[in-house]
Amino acid sequence: MRLLREASRLVLLAITLAGSAAVGQTSPPAARHDVVIKNAIVMTVTHGNIKNGAIYIKDGKIAAVGENVNAPAGATVIDASGKYVTPGIVDSHSHIALDDDVNEATSPITPHMMMKDAFDYQDKAIYRALAGGVTTSLLLHGSANMIGGQAIVIKHKYGLSRDELLFPNAPRSIKFASGENPKRVYGNRDQLPSTRMGNFAVQREALVQAQDYMREWDAYNEKVKRGDKDASAPKRDLKMEALADVLRGKLMVQIHCYRADEFLTEIAMAHEFGYKIRAFHHALEAYKVPEKLASENIAIATFADWWGYKQEAWDAIPWNAVMSMRKGVRVAIKSDSEDYTRRLNQEAAKTMRYGGATEEEALKMITLNPAWIVGVDDRVGSIEVGKDADLVIWEGYPLSSYSVPEKVLIDGDVYFDRALPGLGMTHYREGQ
Amino acid sequence: MRRSAISHQPSVKCRFLAAIGMTVLFGTLTLAAQDKPIVLKGGKLLTITHGVIENGTVVLQGGKITAVGSAGSVSVPSGAQIVDVIGMTVYPGLIDSETSLGLTEISAEEMTNDLIEKSDEIMPHMHTAEAFHAESTLIPVARMNGITNAVVAPSSGDTLPGQDSFIQLDGASASEMLLIRDLAMPLNFTGDERRNKGGFDKHKFPSTRMGLAAQLRQAFLDAQDYKSKWTDYDRKKSDAARDKKPEPSAPKRDLKLEALLPYLEGKKTIVLAAEGPSDLETAVSLANEFKLKFVLNHISHSQPVLDYVASLKVPVIVGPIYEAPKDDERYDTVYSLPAQLYKRGVKIVFASYAAHNVRNLPDEAGYATAFGLPYDEALKAITLNAAEIWGVADKLGSLDVGKTANVVVANGDPLDVKTDVKQVYIEGRAVPMTSRQVWLRDQYSK
Repeated sequence: MRLLREASRLVLLAITLAGSAAVGQTSPPAARHDVVIKNAIVMTVTHGNIKNGAIYIKDGKIAAVGENVNAPAGATVIDASGKYVTPGIVDSHSHIALDDDVNEATSPITPHMMMKDAFDYQDKAIYRALAGGVTTSLLLHGSANMIGGQAIVIKHKYGLSRDELLFPNAPRSIKFASGENPKRVYGNRDQLPSTRMGNFAVQREALVQAQDYMREWDAYNEKVKRGDKDASAPKRDLKMEALADVLRGKLMVQIHCYRADEFLTEIAMAHEFGYKIRAFHHALEAYKVPEKLASENIAIATFADWWGYKQEAWDAIPWNAVMSMRKGVRVAIKSDSEDYTRRLNQEAAKTMRYGGATEEEALKMITLNPAWIVGVDDRVGSIEVGKDADLVIWEGYPLSSYSVPEKVLIDGDVYFDRALPGLGMTHYREGQ
Repeated sequence: MRRSAISHQPSVKCRFLAAIGMTVLFGTLTLAAQDKPIVLKGGKLLTITHGVIENGTVVLQGGKITAVGSAGSVSVPSGAQIVDVIGMTVYPGLIDSETSLGLTEISAEEMTNDLIEKSDEIMPHMHTAEAFHAESTLIPVARMNGITNAVVAPSSGDTLPGQDSFIQLDGASASEMLLIRDLAMPLNFTGDERRNKGGFDKHKFPSTRMGLAAQLRQAFLDAQDYKSKWTDYDRKKSDAARDKKPEPSAPKRDLKLEALLPYLEGKKTIVLAAEGPSDLETAVSLANEFKLKFVLNHISHSQPVLDYVASLKVPVIVGPIYEAPKDDERYDTVYSLPAQLYKRGVKIVFASYAAHNVRNLPDEAGYATAFGLPYDEALKAITLNAAEIWGVADKLGSLDVGKTANVVVANGDPLDVKTDVKQVYIEGRAVPMTSRQVWLRDQYSK
């Protein structure tokens, strides 16, 4: 089948999904051995590069980083002479492993759609992204709906069972969308919304209903607290429960949003209802209002240089990431694509060209910054003691056209090894 | 090797075709001339044909390259503008072997798209040159990254969607930019052209690959028949003139069949697209049945038959290498295809198959080297090889004296994603290094 990237991405954009992450808390298999990576150029992201560095991994965590580390004699040694080690890449906007179930496009408000219920943990796209150095992804709903549903965060431990791929105790995220996609999907059916006015009206109405729902439950809980034995519980409504969690700050809000004016309207809406926006996704016009995003502490998950695939992407410029970053916005480069997720290192490198990001800034856009967007920056995204040993050993300088991962480790275990025959997988059985 | 030199002469002798003027090369007829010589001095020259020259100099004069050599060996013409390019890399303009430049502005906005006629699978009489939008916002964006020439093709939903053009990404008008109209014709046989697939409720022929093949075969047979009618007519007409008898009546013109004739006669190149082995072999046998001259396109999933591909001795437009492997394939199966073909002696070129993302063509060539393609071959695949396949190697594809002065100056390796192009010359003119995107950047940088 012929790849038409621009056309296929439209399909993706018009269509996507999410689920809950605070589920499936099976503890990951303990690293079977202590591991030491030696003689590498270690790009820590948070404290510079270590030229001839070593990393000691114990129980799946980074136990030591430096020119020399104290490791027990029995530790497995990986000699990475002349190679680069970076943190595993975090893709903060992905729709893989969802078997096309990304949009419940039968209503513009579907916050109760749980990505976990659709998660296809055997999708080979997880493996292909892993082979490109991705260790963590935020799997989001599509953008057909104003409120699409709840996401999941996965680690790319391809070959393990479903729950073992879920990032343990990751915060929950919910996907909102604005702009062309909802109005196109519903407008084409002569339904509300068919305009941006309609989009926001639908969103506001749902949030008002959620406020009512919360009041009913608050009143009931108050009665119970007072000892009222006759108090009858309101009916549970999954949709409203999910939105109530938005209003209570229990769900991180990830908003698909392109245009500068829509950032401002979404921010006003968030203030109106008292929730916080974690990140604007796509955010191709962030460079027009970066100060506003920075002052609200809203990150962006954007493309390096995609543009023009629809009207609201017409003002996209490849300098967006760096111009926004220079004004204090936390910037991630994400894929939104089964294809680009396989080489996000190259996409990040484009920011060095377009706007002059430093090597560390570029690398941060595919590691620590997306980890913040996903809410797991305390556990992944940099090479620091105590963090998960999610690491990529690159055959050459990773911020270039030429470098590919040699090995990818998650929680201290090698999951991908380019030198292996077949798929290059360590935990995968044929026929799985 | 079955090469695909593109004829620059009107391709047919029959009067009815000559009158239509099907193939016209506009190249040197109307372009504004470069006003004074430019000397690019002190750069690292990637000549393509004769290696790398450190500290080299290129002279651009009258729209052509007039000298290439080490800085000391090249004499500077009087009145020349000297451009210091010390520390820069200088290379020929890049050629993208399949794009939809000029046929689209905003993908999702139907009225800005002229990519393909979907009313029928057989549309050889569609000429991309007649839809090409010279003022497209996308062209300066691509050009700024060193892409100076490109093939413009209709998109791939039909088996015969129409005819490609070969453009230069600078010029005062469409006629200046369209260097070759009706350059070649795609013949797509990937299975994606079946629009009626899916159950028994669709009644329009064709709904299967068998149907597509039969339809194609019929089209070429009809064209053969059409040709013989006209040959017959021409003969009768000249007999009548000789015998001073009344002229016979001419056959009815059929634009579809007319459009197929130069291909049927082997005068122009078919770009034969297939993905997997079975489609590839069917498409090739069909092309051979009608003695079509062809190059291959895509073949992203034909790894099991690469020796067969090599035995055809035709060039391959390979990729895009970003095409996802099949589920049972290793992650790098498609990434390594260019290297696999090169190893078997196949001439390869790259294409972006894009419009907005044409500027990323060199990244694809660079990435192929990470999977085994030698660097020089990767660079050739977007310069000289492409010029050869499209029959313009006398004008494009390398830094050689006598070639068109399409030259790029960049701050480093052309295939690395971090490299910034500093200046592009097209026919010796310094192209303004700006685009709508640059304008927006500057508006919001104030």
